[in-house]
Amino acid sequence: MYEGVVQDLIDELGQLPGIGPKSAQRIAFHLLQADGADVQRLITALAEVKEKVAFCTMCGNIAQATLCRICADPRRDGQAICVVEEPKDVVAIERTGEFRGRYHVLGGAISPMDGIGPEQLRVAELMSRLASGEVVEIILATDPNIEGEATAAYLARQLKPFGLRVTRLASGLPVGGDLEYADEVTLGRAFEGRRLIDA
Amino acid sequence: MYVRHLSLIDFRSYPSAEVPLGPGVTTLVGLNGQGKTNVAEAIGYLATLGSHRVATDAPLVRFGAEQAIVRGAVVREGRESLVEIEINPGRANRARLGRSPVSRPREVLGQVRSVLFAPEDLALVKGDPASRRRLLDDLLVQRQPRWAGVRSDYDRIVKQRSALLKSAAPVLRRGGRGRRVPDGIPEGEARESALHTLHVWDGHLAGLGGQLLYARLRLLRDLRGHLEHAYAELSGGAGEVGAAYRASVGEALAARIAAGEVPEIEELSGGLTAALGAAQAQEIERGQCLVGPHRDDVLLTLGGLPAKGYASHGESWSLALGLKLAAYELLRTDLGTDPVLILDDVFAELDAGRRERLAGLIADGEQVIITAAVPEDVPDSLAGQRFSVTKGAIELVVDDE
Repeated sequence: MYEGVVQDLIDELGQLPGIGPKSAQRIAFHLLQADGADVQRLITALAEVKEKVAFCTMCGNIAQATLCRICADPRRDGQAICVVEEPKDVVAIERTGEFRGRYHVLGGAISPMDGIGPEQLRVAELMSRLASGEVVEIILATDPNIEGEATAAYLARQLKPFGLRVTRLASGLPVGGDLEYADEVTLGRAFEGRRLIDA
Repeated sequence: MYVRHLSLIDFRSYPSAEVPLGPGVTTLVGLNGQGKTNVAEAIGYLATLGSHRVATDAPLVRFGAEQAIVRGAVVREGRESLVEIEINPGRANRARLGRSPVSRPREVLGQVRSVLFAPEDLALVKGDPASRRRLLDDLLVQRQPRWAGVRSDYDRIVKQRSALLKSAAPVLRRGGRGRRVPDGIPEGEARESALHTLHVWDGHLAGLGGQLLYARLRLLRDLRGHLEHAYAELSGGAGEVGAAYRASVGEALAARIAAGEVPEIEELSGGLTAALGAAQAQEIERGQCLVGPHRDDVLLTLGGLPAKGYASHGESWSLALGLKLAAYELLRTDLGTDPVLILDDVFAELDAGRRERLAGLIADGEQVIITAAVPEDVPDSLAGQRFSVTKGAIELVVDDE
């Protein structure tokens, strides 16, 4: 145990995900020795993230205004919406640069065990976005696990009356990987989703 | 295949043990509570990543120790490989293949294959349906590791669906309109939404459940012949044995399945969907998942009568043993190599005739490991190396003759 305030800092850091007691201690001592201005910048960043960051009223992504950067961008294609579970998924898909439409962040997946049903997710908000008739395609990009698949199936059913093109991301082999290292389930899925090759 | 050498560190009663094994019959002899079964259990663990005695890993680690290690040198068609599993109760277990760690312990499944018969297996005949389902499912995984994934996904679906049935039961049961549930959604809408969510889980359950059911039925079809043969051999031809699958689907389909037919996956999934529809009111009433392979059973019969309740202790024992021997024969023909056959404390419960006939059945196995409290219980025809187990020490017995 260290002197009061140092131990407080270590305890607080230890609460963060992915940081154990040893790492917390290292970070605490790093901060103690760091330049005053550096620490001040960190303090400001922490305070501002709570103050300024809100959630986009349209898609539920992290935003600094009422709309997030993507929803506010007029160059994005308003005809396609990609539905994801978490804001981190938006970042992951943005990194691909493949998708030029907009997003919808559900805030999780259907999981009755954790008390999460469609009402706890931003499903109603998704439906209201479709009212304008601009959207023609919905891409369901929930995680490829039991809960993500259930969420996708639920949404597909809810979306049916709208007569949109509803697609689901493909599952299969990782690019650049070796076939021999794929687990049986992934390989099985890849077999199911195989496609004709043009020659 | 055979396990050439087994090393244990802090596994059960052993602080450390080195057991040189070999092909053919090996007998472990010792008084009760000396640690014979622990050796059998360790080999079983290498093959299945689970114990036949306990559901959790904690009791496998020696009292006071943090982790246990089971390591086996396995010889298969002349090639030796090393499999190591580190058992960390409460944390993720780790496994190594050769000298390199694998990302998930599941990847070592299939390196060692074994069929283990232990006194607990009497539950296959006398116990509840869960033990018979487990026999089929474990065997599926041994034949094709992919089923481990399907099975755990299916279990998760059942858990999620049951949670939904429980939590949504108040809304689903009443179904009245106009009133408001606490979070301000009109009740009719809440009910509608809960039904939609339930429908999604129904689809998942029927889809994966159909696959699991199909796999089990095919397995049972393949197993039946071996079971008839093994039981007839053991019992000296007394009584005809039967194994009929009882599926929780509609009556007509269930009757065809019980008669031994194996319908296609689509039909089975369809049957499950229909059964789910029919049982919906009851499921909502009870807040439980009442339809699916997790509720199924295998009806074992001897001479046309249900074994459970009608068969004597000796008959039940022989039938349970017959099931395991059938599994052994199936894996043998399937894999092209003999799994390790482990018979834990089996001979004491059999009469002299059955002992001899059992010995005849298993004598040609590539590796057979037998434990016994009384050496005289093991027929002489099963010669081979013999170890004595005393207070956690395992020593080779050398005959003076």
